Amino acid sequence: MSLLGSLSLWLALLVGLWGAITGFVGGAQQRPDLQQSARNATFALFGALLVAVISLELAIFRHDFSLQYVAGRTSRNLPTFYLWSALYSGQEGSLLFWAAVLSLFGALTQLFTSRRHRAYLPYVAAITSLVATFFVSVMLFAPANPFQHAAFTPLDGSGMNPQLQNPGMVFHPPMLYLGYISITIPFAFAMAALLTKKLDADWLVAVRKWTIVSWLFLSIGLLIGMWWAYVELGWGGYWAWDPVENAALLPWLVMTAFLHSVMVQEKRGMLKKWNLALVLGAWLLSIFGTFLTRSGVIASVHSFTQSPVGWFFLGFLLVAVVACAIVYINRLPLLEAEANLESVVSREASFLFNNLLLIGLAFSVLWGTLYPIISEWVQGVKVTYGPPTFNYVNIPLGLVLLLLTGIGPLIAWRRASTANLRRQFAVPVTVGVFALLILLLAGVRELGGLLAFSIGAFVFGTVFQEFARGARARHRQYGESTGFAVLQLLSRNRRRYGGYIVHIAIVLLFVGFAGMAFKTETEATLRPGESAQLKGSDGHLYTFTHLGISQYNALNRQVTAALLDVRRDGKDIGRLRTEKRQHVDALGNPTFEPSTEVGIMSGLRVDLYVVLAGLVNGTEQAVFRFTINPLVWWVWFGGFVLVIGGLIVLWPGGVVVAVKGSKGSTVQAGYAVKLEAER
Amino acid sequence: MSDQLSRRGFFGLAAGAAGAVIQDTVRAGRVYDPQRAGRAQTPITSVDNDARIQAIEKKLRCSCGCGLDIYTCRTTDFQCTYSPGLHKDVLRLAGQGKTAQQILDEFVKQYGQVALMSPPRKGFNLAGYFLPGTAILVAAFFLLRTLRRWTREAAVPAPAALPPNATPEELERLRRELDRLPG
Repeated sequence: MSLLGSLSLWLALLVGLWGAITGFVGGAQQRPDLQQSARNATFALFGALLVAVISLELAIFRHDFSLQYVAGRTSRNLPTFYLWSALYSGQEGSLLFWAAVLSLFGALTQLFTSRRHRAYLPYVAAITSLVATFFVSVMLFAPANPFQHAAFTPLDGSGMNPQLQNPGMVFHPPMLYLGYISITIPFAFAMAALLTKKLDADWLVAVRKWTIVSWLFLSIGLLIGMWWAYVELGWGGYWAWDPVENAALLPWLVMTAFLHSVMVQEKRGMLKKWNLALVLGAWLLSIFGTFLTRSGVIASVHSFTQSPVGWFFLGFLLVAVVACAIVYINRLPLLEAEANLESVVSREASFLFNNLLLIGLAFSVLWGTLYPIISEWVQGVKVTYGPPTFNYVNIPLGLVLLLLTGIGPLIAWRRASTANLRRQFAVPVTVGVFALLILLLAGVRELGGLLAFSIGAFVFGTVFQEFARGARARHRQYGESTGFAVLQLLSRNRRRYGGYIVHIAIVLLFVGFAGMAFKTETEATLRPGESAQLKGSDGHLYTFTHLGISQYNALNRQVTAALLDVRRDGKDIGRLRTEKRQHVDALGNPTFEPSTEVGIMSGLRVDLYVVLAGLVNGTEQAVFRFTINPLVWWVWFGGFVLVIGGLIVLWPGGVVVAVKGSKGSTVQAGYAVKLEAER
Repeated sequence: MSDQLSRRGFFGLAAGAAGAVIQDTVRAGRVYDPQRAGRAQTPITSVDNDARIQAIEKKLRCSCGCGLDIYTCRTTDFQCTYSPGLHKDVLRLAGQGKTAQQILDEFVKQYGQVALMSPPRKGFNLAGYFLPGTAILVAAFFLLRTLRRWTREAAVPAPAALPPNATPEELERLRRELDRLPG
């Protein structure tokens, strides 16, 4: 299997290089034979990498510990569920997974891109092949070859890191990778548009679905990662501003900016330069993030950081930045706007400010991530730019962004009159102020929480108003019931109303984030029968009674479990269980340090979060940490709503209004109507 | 009252102590294999839960490389070998009557500025805090100026503007249709 896998990687390298060369030359010289060869190369590349992936998975499932990768990340008693995820649980496997998925996306693009956009495809094939080839070359030359043989074959492998043995870790990396990887497709189309000089709205139409796919996968990846950190790591939160987390957030912010500004180009023919820069920037940031997280230049708890492959990514990034800059600057004269901005108080301007904040936030996150290095360079002093600093700098920016989430949809395209603004803002502002007053009357004095909740209420008001007006208009016009009219709105204009659902999700997420400002926690040592009490921010008193310790063996671990009885204001509400796990290999030898399984009782108002610290003198007397985290449930629900909103936007179909593009081509334009004649 | 214990008092105390030991054994019996339960713990004391101590520890970084503060690290999975020692240092300094700032200063003296979860707000570090916000404000200013320039350019009527390719009635109908559109 290892031989087949290695051969497949070498074959992929050659085929990828061939695809890149024939794609670029075939595109430049307009040679159909080379173009067809480049297209075929994308399929062959996918085939070769698929064989490599299957070879590695087979080696993992057969416990072929002659391979370093398999011996270092699995053991004979590892549950089957995690044997699958062992494919991407380490550096080498994740690079293979990345290259294989990219080649799949490259092949799908060649298969499913409509005939109208055929002119871009040779360059798209060239760029996807080139990027995938780079990943293959990192595996072969870095070296990070998953088929590398070990010096000797152990009886059993070292096993998988216990923190990765969680369902969240089975789905988080592939989702995040899918998001990262799929950014390459919009990037490839953007570069193809620049190289072919076909810079009208056509390339945007070709990449629209891909950008949403990429954004959606990144969102899901980030959310599952947050969930995993919360339920597995045991520190009581879900976002610690770790460099690896930040690296995933950066392209997400830039893609979010693009998804907004692209509407301005589609409807008004403006921001062409900006949109291209955003797509190129998002992809470059994804490579930069990969460099950051795999080079070890910045300390991170993630295991990928200690390896030399990061420097390959730095080299690749520098070459890519130079290539992008040359092509982009060369084509700037072709990227003039087709229309002028008519008023500063317009939807177009509000989108620009929204973009400014999103990019500003991305810069802020990048700045904070790199600040320890910058400080060492500039002042020769190592500093820590920890979560308190990130929160201090970014929470105000996030709140302004949340406010703009509400303001944007209220302002009309082209020009908003005073009467229009009054009509649009009256209800949402009233809702926001009303929420603020209720919170003040309820005794809430925490500024961040007050702002987050009241601005959230304002944004919720804007979305509710949009749905209400749309439904009322349909009711008047077609006599539809309110519920059916809302469904029709969602069904017929998916981008717009799906987008509003996403805005609701953002509000829910902010509500959940704000809740963490009110968390309470304590530590206690309890014998069986003893209790600890903690008051939550919901005003209830929670009593945790230690019932006892049990020890038993499971498939690949020895478990020490503590059971606690939980009461709210004296009323029994259930039991919590928290564990210490000592993972062992098939021979019964310990494989890692003992790990903790958190006990969580999740509710709409608060989460009860208990960690078993350990035992005193080997007895059932145990040390616990109790935390009451308010509103965390709303983060996960917000994430769920965000995915639903994203899927509505993504779902094919709906009713579109077509207008002529700049050169006679037809483009989808939503509600866009060209009104030159009105002047 | 006599300083010496009466015989009755002695037996009473002894019986109480024996009862406590028996009760301890009954209520907190030994587990099958203590090694499975991670590092042995010592009972939590009131100073461990002291809000002042926790606040200080949340401003200090654990040196184990996790990136978390001392309090969060030592209470996350209780396996860190650094944070319990750092916690003891904080308790020792607090026991010497030092203020929170003095304790932070002691840590900076020993480990450097990297020991603080946030860099001190002075000198170049001000850029760490305020550069992103300032950059956004400056960019917003220039964006606003650019938008105003664009709107002025848009306001200049095109010299050879073509007459609308529609009758006034058609234009009025179009406006009415547009008004009916939500948003």
